[in-house]
Amino acid sequence: MSTETAEVKEKKPAEALFSKRRRRIVSDPLNEDNPITVQVLGICSALAITIKMEPTLVMSIAVIAVVVFSNLFISLIRDLIPGRVRIIVQLAVIATLVTLVSEVLKAYYFDMYKVLGAFVGLIITNCIVMGRLEAFAMANKPYDSILDGLGSGFGYAWIILVVAFFRELFGSGSIMNFKVFDAIGWESFPTNGLMVDSIGAFMVLGILIWVQRAKTGYVEH
Amino acid sequence: MEIFNIALKATFIDNMVFAYFLGMCSFLAVSKKVSTAFGLGMAVIFVLTITVPVNWLLQEYVLKEGALAWLGEDFATVDLTFLQFIMFIAVIASMVQLVEMVIEKFSPALYGSLGIFLPLIAVNCAILGASLFMVQRDYTIGQATAYGFGSGFGWFLAIIALAAIREKLKYSNVPDGLKGLGITMLITGLMGLAFKSFIGIAL
Repeated sequence: MSTETAEVKEKKPAEALFSKRRRRIVSDPLNEDNPITVQVLGICSALAITIKMEPTLVMSIAVIAVVVFSNLFISLIRDLIPGRVRIIVQLAVIATLVTLVSEVLKAYYFDMYKVLGAFVGLIITNCIVMGRLEAFAMANKPYDSILDGLGSGFGYAWIILVVAFFRELFGSGSIMNFKVFDAIGWESFPTNGLMVDSIGAFMVLGILIWVQRAKTGYVEH
Repeated sequence: MEIFNIALKATFIDNMVFAYFLGMCSFLAVSKKVSTAFGLGMAVIFVLTITVPVNWLLQEYVLKEGALAWLGEDFATVDLTFLQFIMFIAVIASMVQLVEMVIEKFSPALYGSLGIFLPLIAVNCAILGASLFMVQRDYTIGQATAYGFGSGFGWFLAIIALAAIREKLKYSNVPDGLKGLGITMLITGLMGLAFKSFIGIAL
């Protein structure tokens, strides 16, 4: 930390590229202002595709891509959007991006496309994307918006990956399709059917929220 | 009878919230009071019952491969499936706008209490989800309508039940970190467990 720039990811030593404020934009949604556990956004897909870690990873990447680029595009045209029709404009941008993601998946990763099914399309209605556009991109410059998108995207990603980790471990006895319990010689490990089911997802997320909030000290009134 | 079965199945067995986690955002955010939950639930039923058949028509006569055959032979091989998301969401957004105007005109009190969440129905996953599932399952138009109504009604029941529980919950002593979202997730999980008992019903 000798100079003003932190060696975070890229190397451009321009003045305020990673100023304190901007680093906060990225880091806040990771923990204190997490989109899932604190802002209560994007719960639907957080639960639906977290049975296994692999689809969860693909879903995270898809959501990060959509939220970053929609933030960027909306931020670029934010002064041209009339207030009354902004929802439709935002939806059009998001839907286009999601269509792109879905076509890419269909072309290069068809097995995964079949697993995710309707939930790729449901990124459109993922409240995180819409929420960030409303709350941030409509009022901020493009570069900041990209950072905000990255922050929210990764904040979302790590939560659903943790949920998926526990659900796959206890529900299917594996991690990333690798049979952990078989590998350590505990083949009779009883897998928990509830974890594969929706109920397990609610429980795991509920407990995760509890742990995370106990750490940050956030209390809802 | 088959149509009735589809509606019943969508309401209880394939409940939007408990089986597919759809519409969770507004489900969690607007379930603090029964009266507000009731209004939102009704709006969701209404929007779902209309958008699913409308999107069915779109899918059948515009989007599907060969769906444009009615325009003439040149169009018989056109496949517009990639426009599905945009078209569906446009139908939903305009429907929601319509509902918003109707509610504002006839029930300003409800309009006031629903506030921001009315436009948010447009991004309620349950609405788009129902349309996408309808395509996946190859319903006819009658079945699609029944499915739309059934899933709307299931969502309505779920949010009313949760709101009622949360009204009572105000008087319980919940650990700090679990207050709000945490305890709501756990309760939703337990409610899902109860809804699981419907699986045994063969339709």
